[in-house]
Amino acid sequence: MWSDEMAAQVDNAWRDLVPHNAAIGIEVVRIRVGEVWTRLRWAPALVGNPATGVIHGGALSTLLDASGGLAVATRLGRPSPIATLDLRIDYMRAAERGKDILVRMECYAARRSVAFVRGVAYHDDESDPIATCAATFARKGERGDGKERP
Amino acid sequence: MSEPEPEPVPGITSSLEELEAAVREGRASGDPERLLALVPYARFLGLGCTREGERLVVRMRYAPSLIGDATIPALHGGTLAGLLEATASFHALFVSEVTGMPKTISLTIDYLRSARAVDTFAEATVVRQGRRFVVLTVSAYQDDRHKPVAMANVKLKVG
Repeated sequence: MWSDEMAAQVDNAWRDLVPHNAAIGIEVVRIRVGEVWTRLRWAPALVGNPATGVIHGGALSTLLDASGGLAVATRLGRPSPIATLDLRIDYMRAAERGKDILVRMECYAARRSVAFVRGVAYHDDESDPIATCAATFARKGERGDGKERP
Repeated sequence: MSEPEPEPVPGITSSLEELEAAVREGRASGDPERLLALVPYARFLGLGCTREGERLVVRMRYAPSLIGDATIPALHGGTLAGLLEATASFHALFVSEVTGMPKTISLTIDYLRSARAVDTFAEATVVRQGRRFVVLTVSAYQDDRHKPVAMANVKLKVG
């Protein structure tokens, strides 16, 4: 079901359903079951430190949150609404002015009501990360049977 | 694209001196609005600041571009993350009056309620202030201060 061609379709769906992803300019680069690659282009409007031109952490948080949700979506048997429960971001270094930020995000467990993701943000080389991220998402409308945890 | 440019971009980048002057002025007047006006992302999110004694309240004015789930509709979790992180930095600069420009080391956010398509407010509390690091909790709420839509634990490097 998920393929590289799906990336363009997700971009289009985001324009209607997730206006803020489109507003800051998040693009889907590559997508497969359980793993997505996304990109945020450097833009003047996203600058958080006007003395350095570095993008604000909030824009990176948005990219990571959106990527996490998309990674979870690839693991759902059928489309169902999801919501971020929590999100943790650790910064290893500042992003650089004028450079795109890339994210690789993996959904490593999707249970009945909660899904778990981890990811990394970088410029050129994933082994030189800007930030790492871990997040959990609730699958809304899915009720546990009391046996499965969480 | 992707080549870093050293020259300032008019309206986007300021010199460090300009930035520090805006911080000093905000501290003296108790009004951080001039610093906010220098931060493009703060304008992008529609952030505004009010200061009442030790309380610094940051408001994110609702705009349709902040929506993350058009079916509810609900604000994007990323906009709340931006509001919470910006509030932590502004609090460190204007209430704690740290010397260096704050850099975020880590950020942990709990999303507690769906954030509706209305204005959102945020306030920070310092948990621990050292010479190099400040730890804050930040709460974001809409109509009722006691019913936060999201809470964050933010660690800033300030020295």
